[in-house]
Amino acid sequence: MSDDDLDLTTLNDEELVQQMHDDLYDGLKEEIVESVEILLSRDWAPYRILTEALVEGMRIVGIDFRDGILFVPEVLLSANAMKAGMHLLRPLLVETGAPKLGKMVIGTVKGDIHDIGKNLVGMMMEGAGFEVVDLGINNPVENYLDAIEEHQPDILGMSALLTTTMPYMKVVIDAMKERGIRDNHVVLVGGAPLNEEFGEAVGADSYCRDAAVTVETAKEFMMRKHNQLAAAAG
Amino acid sequence: MAAARVDDAEVAVEAADDGMPGTVLIIACGALAREILAVVRANGLDHVTLKCLPAQLHNRPEKIADAVEALIEAEREHYDEILIGYGDCGTGGRLDAMLERHGVRRIAGAHCYAFFTGVEAFMARAEDEIAAFYLTDFMVRQFDAFITRPLGLDRHPELRDMYFGNYEKLVYLVQQSDSCLDRKADLIAQRLGLPLERRPTGFGDLAGFVEGDASTMA
Repeated sequence: MSDDDLDLTTLNDEELVQQMHDDLYDGLKEEIVESVEILLSRDWAPYRILTEALVEGMRIVGIDFRDGILFVPEVLLSANAMKAGMHLLRPLLVETGAPKLGKMVIGTVKGDIHDIGKNLVGMMMEGAGFEVVDLGINNPVENYLDAIEEHQPDILGMSALLTTTMPYMKVVIDAMKERGIRDNHVVLVGGAPLNEEFGEAVGADSYCRDAAVTVETAKEFMMRKHNQLAAAAG
Repeated sequence: MAAARVDDAEVAVEAADDGMPGTVLIIACGALAREILAVVRANGLDHVTLKCLPAQLHNRPEKIADAVEALIEAEREHYDEILIGYGDCGTGGRLDAMLERHGVRRIAGAHCYAFFTGVEAFMARAEDEIAAFYLTDFMVRQFDAFITRPLGLDRHPELRDMYFGNYEKLVYLVQQSDSCLDRKADLIAQRLGLPLERRPTGFGDLAGFVEGDASTMA
């Protein structure tokens, strides 16, 4: 329960979704799980719960993080709450055939073990309807190339927190060029020391400042791809 | 080198406005104030003045270059030379690009862990230590202000493994041996659930940098 006086089951759907946004903001994991169960019991489709309650709630968290109102600890608590909700929804989303926007392979580059940002991106991308293949941390170029070959993702995401490891992104992109597969995939890069100039310099399609920007950027690229395919077909 | 002892309160005053007459200004991270002042004093470098920016800038590294640039512009007419006591410090090359525009040099190395260890020595073992979390004397002294509270671990200790779960050890790079700091480092290691390795470095490349050795400059 969100507080001593509030019984979540007494809220109507609209109120409950609003309460879930507040509970996500406050990082209240148990309340999110309870609310997801309530909405499921009211025959809400898993995809609707995901988009209207969880993703929208995290979108608000993302805005306040960007604007300096929330900080990393609060965002992590929110992410944990969303993760708990996703844990319930994931198998149901598979069963109900929720729409997929595309596929992303994501990983932290070789020499770097930092994954907080990458994990947030992975979760937000999944919430936004992307299938996410997470390679974890400390990935040499072979891991990326093998995963690209195996999963044929629309998007490759690379993350680095260290000034010393971020140049490795160019190693991966150059290897993709050598194999002649660079233009088959959108490459998005992110991490605290990166910026747009760096993204351009290593040959990425875009630098993404945070998880919310990554989702929006990925959606734009997928839209462009679909438009190009439609134009080619027409 | 026999280093002079400086306490934190003294550093705060001297680092804000050192007051020493001189032709060289070192603009440095507050996390290096004690160590730089110790080298200055031990070597009688009366021509060197130190001004420090808050170490907390490391939590917003995108702001470091602008903060250093503002100080360079405010002070450059008063000194013959300005040196920068910062590594790249997560600025992703933005600090170096700004310094190049101003023709100002900084100490070589990506961060203080590298130049305290010695950049070459640090790089030589870097690949084997990607899962090491480093501490310096400053970090041990200021761990709660610099790490625990900003990361919310005082309010939400359950977040510990999200921050530190991928680390395998804690390496304490010791600038000046101090049994109190050793005990504090032990406690930090316990709290983080990591084994502690204590590694004496002294001031490493920082000493040569302050004394004017060009080989330690980027």
